Amino acid sequence: MFPLIAENLVVEVKGKRIVGPIGLELSKGDIAVILGPNGSGKTTLLKSLHGITKTKHGAITWSCSKSESMAKQMFVFQSPVMLRRSVFENLTYPLMLRKTPKAEINRLAAEWISKISLKEVMHVSATRLSGGEKQKLALARALITKPEMLFLDEPTASLDGKTTIAIEKLLKNCAENGTTIMMSTHDIGQAKRLAKNILFLNKGKLESTQPAKTFFLEPISHNARRFIAGDIVE
Amino acid sequence: MYDIWEGIIQAFQLVYTLNPDLIEISIRSLKVTLSALAVSSIIALPLAAILAVRRFKFRRIIIALLNALMGLPPVVVGLLVYILLSRSGPFGILDLLYTTTAMVIAQTIIITPLITSIAHQSLRELWSEYHDLLISMNTSHLQRIKTLLWDARRALLTASLAGFGRGIGEVGAIMIVGGNIDHATRVLTTAVALETSKGDFALALALGFVLILIAVALNLGTHWLSKTESEGRW
Repeated sequence: MFPLIAENLVVEVKGKRIVGPIGLELSKGDIAVILGPNGSGKTTLLKSLHGITKTKHGAITWSCSKSESMAKQMFVFQSPVMLRRSVFENLTYPLMLRKTPKAEINRLAAEWISKISLKEVMHVSATRLSGGEKQKLALARALITKPEMLFLDEPTASLDGKTTIAIEKLLKNCAENGTTIMMSTHDIGQAKRLAKNILFLNKGKLESTQPAKTFFLEPISHNARRFIAGDIVE
Repeated sequence: MYDIWEGIIQAFQLVYTLNPDLIEISIRSLKVTLSALAVSSIIALPLAAILAVRRFKFRRIIIALLNALMGLPPVVVGLLVYILLSRSGPFGILDLLYTTTAMVIAQTIIITPLITSIAHQSLRELWSEYHDLLISMNTSHLQRIKTLLWDARRALLTASLAGFGRGIGEVGAIMIVGGNIDHATRVLTTAVALETSKGDFALALALGFVLILIAVALNLGTHWLSKTESEGRW
């Protein structure tokens, strides 16, 4: 499936360029974190790489076919979308789509429901969960299929510290199990804790791609240096 | 005022004594409308889901047309079905005129646009909520439609009940294509029309009350069975 290569990628919405032109490459096992100010195009870049948002120009290629790559990747949104079903049915929905045997569904559901500590509310409507619980469920729903690639759009934005720790733990575990991760965040601390590589995006352009360690010590982009220092980058 | 009281008393008497004619007419009314509702739901609900999920040429025109057809005059529908089923019409050979099947056909034509339009409104809203999630999960069109229909089932029930309400209270079309034949095609609405024209207001009122009773009872029963107003439901 890997590497993921994006060449000359451009995304426009109603004639306005939101992202691009951008070129990047993602290798297997990477944890790439996209940093950048509000409106820099982080969400649009993630969605276009995943295939939700159509690109105006450029090419996104995987080493396998598009349908095969789509089956092996998942996306977790900033505002988790819950199906109007129970917690259990939300969690097992992607397995149902893949026609997984019922015994296997029950086994995986029991495993993941305990990992995200939602056993007590398993049969409650998922729409009634708190924001943090919804995000944990959305992440578990994505990971239950053991995706090779996971995209996350600010997965811990506006969540409390305890939930953030739980989500980061799940992400570290899934990375250790071989899932490649690309995520956006506003939280510089989170980028330091999780990232192997940092992509700094500003005004739709990829200003730098650096290993996390060097990015925070010696950022090559002037705007990235200001961003790390806490300045407002416009 | 006297007629109303007499009508109420006679209605109770007819129901209490299980008047055979009343039972026969009521059962026929229910059979015709429920058959039309079943056929209409099979057509309308998937059509509404397709209109919500798929983007194709003439989609907007179809939606506008369905909305316009919600106000389709039943008498005109009756006339058209009459012409089609009459001996000299294209389907005259089927010998369906003045049968309950003809009445079902007419009612189906009348209620299908109504159910489709109401269902489409609900499914369109749900699709805008689910869009990114279902695209990201690489679902097929059929899987998306199935998911929407299942998750919006309570809203779709309301759409179907609206269709039932229009169907059971309809008189113009079924009078034309059914002929209001005693023990053959007479239903509650046509019986009310007949008794009114004969000047027997008490019996007409009694039949009218029974008609209202059936409509209200079926609506309440359906809501109760589907637990629409229960806590934690969607």
